Amino acid sequence: MINHSRRRTVGAFAFATVGALLFAGCASSAPQEDAESGPVTLTITANAITGGKNAAEADWITDWVIPQFEDAMKDDGKDVTVEFEPQGVDDENYKTKVALDLQSGEGADVIGMDGIWVGEFAEAGYIKPLSEVAGDAVDDWDGWDQIPEAVQAALSFDDERYGVPQGADGRVLYYNKDLFEQAGLPADWQPESWDDVLDAARDLKKLDGVTPIQLNAGTAMGEATTMQGLLPLLVGTGEQVYEDDKWVGDTDGLKDVLDLYKTIYVDEGLGDAVLQQEAAGRDTSFQLFAANQIGILLEGDYFWRSVINPAEGVGTAPMANRDEVVGYTKIPAMKPGSGINDQDFVSMSGGTGRVLNPNSDHPELAWELLAFMNSQEAYQERNATTISITPRNDVNDAILAEDPMLTYVSEEVLPITAYRPPLAAYPQVSTALQQASLDVVSGMSVDDALSAYVDSVKDIVGDDAVAGG
Amino acid sequence: MTSTPTPTSTPTSTTTPPVAPPPNVRKVAANASLRHFLSRVAFAIVMTIVGVLFALPMVWLVLAPFDATPSLTLSWPDWTLDNFARLFENPYALRSIGNSLLLGVATMVIVVGFGALAAYAMSRIRIPGRDGILYGLLLLSSIVTGTAAMVPTFQIITQLGLINSYTGVVLVLAGGILPTVIFILKDFMDSIPKSYEESARLYGAGPFRILRDVVAPIARPGLAFIAIWTIVQVWGNFLVPFILLRSPDLQPAAVVMYTFYTESGQADLRLISAFALLFSAPVLIIYFVVNRRYGFRFHGGIKS
Amino acid sequence: MTTTVTTPAGSAIAPRRRRADDVAGLGKARAGIFVAPALIIIGLFLLFPAVWTIWLGSTDYRLTGLQAASPEFVGLDNYVEALTDPSFWNSLWLTLIFVLFSGIIGQTLIGFGLAWSVRNIHGWTKSLIEGLVLAAWVIPASVASFLWLVLLDRRSGTVNGLLGTQGTAWLIDHPMESIIIFNIWVGTAFSMQLFSSALSAVPPSQIESAKMVGASGWQQLRDVIVPNIKGHILTNTLLITLWTFNTFTPYLVTAGGPNGKTEILSVYIYETAIPGGQLGLGAAISLIMLLINLVIALAYVRVSRGRTKR
Repeated sequence: MINHSRRRTVGAFAFATVGALLFAGCASSAPQEDAESGPVTLTITANAITGGKNAAEADWITDWVIPQFEDAMKDDGKDVTVEFEPQGVDDENYKTKVALDLQSGEGADVIGMDGIWVGEFAEAGYIKPLSEVAGDAVDDWDGWDQIPEAVQAALSFDDERYGVPQGADGRVLYYNKDLFEQAGLPADWQPESWDDVLDAARDLKKLDGVTPIQLNAGTAMGEATTMQGLLPLLVGTGEQVYEDDKWVGDTDGLKDVLDLYKTIYVDEGLGDAVLQQEAAGRDTSFQLFAANQIGILLEGDYFWRSVINPAEGVGTAPMANRDEVVGYTKIPAMKPGSGINDQDFVSMSGGTGRVLNPNSDHPELAWELLAFMNSQEAYQERNATTISITPRNDVNDAILAEDPMLTYVSEEVLPITAYRPPLAAYPQVSTALQQASLDVVSGMSVDDALSAYVDSVKDIVGDDAVAGG
Repeated sequence: MTSTPTPTSTPTSTTTPPVAPPPNVRKVAANASLRHFLSRVAFAIVMTIVGVLFALPMVWLVLAPFDATPSLTLSWPDWTLDNFARLFENPYALRSIGNSLLLGVATMVIVVGFGALAAYAMSRIRIPGRDGILYGLLLLSSIVTGTAAMVPTFQIITQLGLINSYTGVVLVLAGGILPTVIFILKDFMDSIPKSYEESARLYGAGPFRILRDVVAPIARPGLAFIAIWTIVQVWGNFLVPFILLRSPDLQPAAVVMYTFYTESGQADLRLISAFALLFSAPVLIIYFVVNRRYGFRFHGGIKS
Repeated sequence: MTTTVTTPAGSAIAPRRRRADDVAGLGKARAGIFVAPALIIIGLFLLFPAVWTIWLGSTDYRLTGLQAASPEFVGLDNYVEALTDPSFWNSLWLTLIFVLFSGIIGQTLIGFGLAWSVRNIHGWTKSLIEGLVLAAWVIPASVASFLWLVLLDRRSGTVNGLLGTQGTAWLIDHPMESIIIFNIWVGTAFSMQLFSSALSAVPPSQIESAKMVGASGWQQLRDVIVPNIKGHILTNTLLITLWTFNTFTPYLVTAGGPNGKTEILSVYIYETAIPGGQLGLGAAISLIMLLINLVIALAYVRVSRGRTKR
């Protein structure tokens, strides 16, 4: 229905009816003309806003990217103005808005996007491979050499690059060294199997007012449950959510994962099952960890940088003594060597990035802007105040040394990490997985939860595309 | 409602012997006044409880913004205005409240103006299938304001070139609100006695003048109510301005409120608490001013 | 009912009676002009998207993915899918409970009770009570829902603090009760306002006569008040029912959870259409919801017809 002829019919109808009315003149989007010589306006949008969500990103765009890029263009004799359209809403709403923009042939030239949306947006025809949009300049970009293949994959679909990743992350087990000491556990904790983790949790259970381990579960947390719960566990059993053209179904690995949830939340009460159902449960888990009330928490490096970071105004649940109290360690596979690729330790990574709008009036310039935003100096500037792992090796080498935790993730975790499949069906399968974890946590048997899960996955992708019984 | 005022003594006096002993009467009277007193006390207690229940959620709204470290716990604040100072540094916060006002008032003007005209005409002229149309529109307004109609609405506004303009937002909001407004106002207009218009007509007033000088003043409390109701509806609407406006400078407060959450959905309580108060205050003020000035009436401005 | 009162002078000649319908001398043409602006806006921005939505309901349209590029006509598949999905029926059941307890019983009865109770008191008490109830109604939904999250928070919520029930997760243990009470808190003002106006329009002479013959408060209510304000009761109940049926605000408190226990229809549609991405299915469920609303409205119209004919 969004094909062009229909849209035109709609437009004609709408205009005919409204044309006579006075308000037709108030249109605000004036398409720009003559691309080459005259002044050109480029637009960036991202789910970041000054004074609110992802403020550092927004400030970097307005205070550094835009003036620097405009100056650089001026030096080239081009009159380019860059505008930033910040958003600051939850990801689902942002995604909806971007999709609406793209399907109507509108939208910003450079668009910030979660890597996991790339598949569905590409299938819908909303975005196109970068080289198709902006030509050879894309493949000639020297920046690709600095970005590892695996990281590039986060913004790719069907082996084509659709965008440039803007960061990399990894998941680890965080633990509270003070609580560990009280429970007689080593400050330098290195679990090698799920059983090791459970043993530590059992020791922590003896402490008053402490939740031994909080492992994300349930639908209220959305994707956090999948990324910081089910998937890191699943890869620890040697399985992946999507493998050999099939989605995970009634498999031994998924059963082991759900069994672990059952052990933690139902059988032994090592975690707070009610918290997993609260609408703001993840937020609460942050607060509780910061208040020394959670022993072990599986989270991404985001947790270190932006949640418990003691720097003024950075962390949302700051821990003044973070560097002394909070330990981190790699997530063990179920048993040593049982992880994917026979790994002893596992992790999951996601990634956000930026894509080009195929409807852009100035795709070459838009690419120049995008490349500029991913240049070495741009990342150095972006990380001047708060450091995070960038996609570029050259930048990481320079900046991460200051932060042992991020160095750890970059050097120890990223080499063993796994990524989600960038497929359109993934978000729905993910929701089904979350539901399965919720079912188990709220008391359903593992077998029932598993069969309910298999039913809904078959509904989503078809019977043939599900692995296991 | 169980504490009914005691009935007059007529029924009892018929059953009592004709010559009533004075002490007994006094006892009855004393009982009655005691019951009256008790029922007053019970009434006061019930009203206090209701008042407290309604007030309880709002206490946080009033206290937390002035607390140096607001938390979800209700506590006597460590008084400060820092939260507001921080909020004012935010480039969108204050402006968004102005935007909300603009959107609210513009929608209100259109809705009340066009709604009153339509309701009046529908009340005074017999249009075939009138009630059916009204009910039908009332029902449709419920699905279109929901999420399912988001794509069509967005497409229409895009085709009209009204994306990122208040005109588009106001028209979509007005389209959703008008049926209910016409429905309520028509009820109201029906109850205005027509004798006034007849006399006005005898003096040679035309329909527009009658509407303006005769009907509108009588309907004023109803119109005032509709005006407030519309502003309240627009004030809280997130989805329509969010999808139809691009520039953050144009976004109303309902959208900006959500920017005070972090990536993982954590609320910045210092900003949220202060903003929640600023966001609520204008509608509360508008409401109380209008209420004081006009009072609210739905029906029967006057009864003949 | 439009023609009865207007010609008191007695000389009810046939032509005058006909004109009594149009006392302002509006005329059909001018009436058309009066109605036109509203109808054009409604037509373009309500009717048109509504028809389009109904059409979407017969496709497998999604906002992203392959079906966004080329949606296919699937006939009644979406309706079959919705009507055979137990979670739809669960959601409908929850909605009915929600409407009954928070809308019809809660808002209407409490609203009437408040209007009835404060009708005879004056001064600051009345202003205070009315002001508090109305403030709850005027406060924007996003703020109101946040206030309730604070109120019912499991660890540091006001309710747990006052009752000494620390650690009770009201929104998890009693989710439906929570959103019902929340919605009563939000919406009672409308009924209260409507009934206050209605009560003040009841002719005092009738109440006086009822008192004279010794009618109890209850009898006054039943025999004098209710018959007088029957129309208001119907209008109020109809609007409240429709609004409660369609309200999305509870989502801001419980997000449909825990485990779908507060997934009323509006939330169910949202979950289907936006996070679930199935806009076609969402549109179909919207239409089913519209039809249910239609049945409710028809029932009210029937009752009110019965009233006017009497």
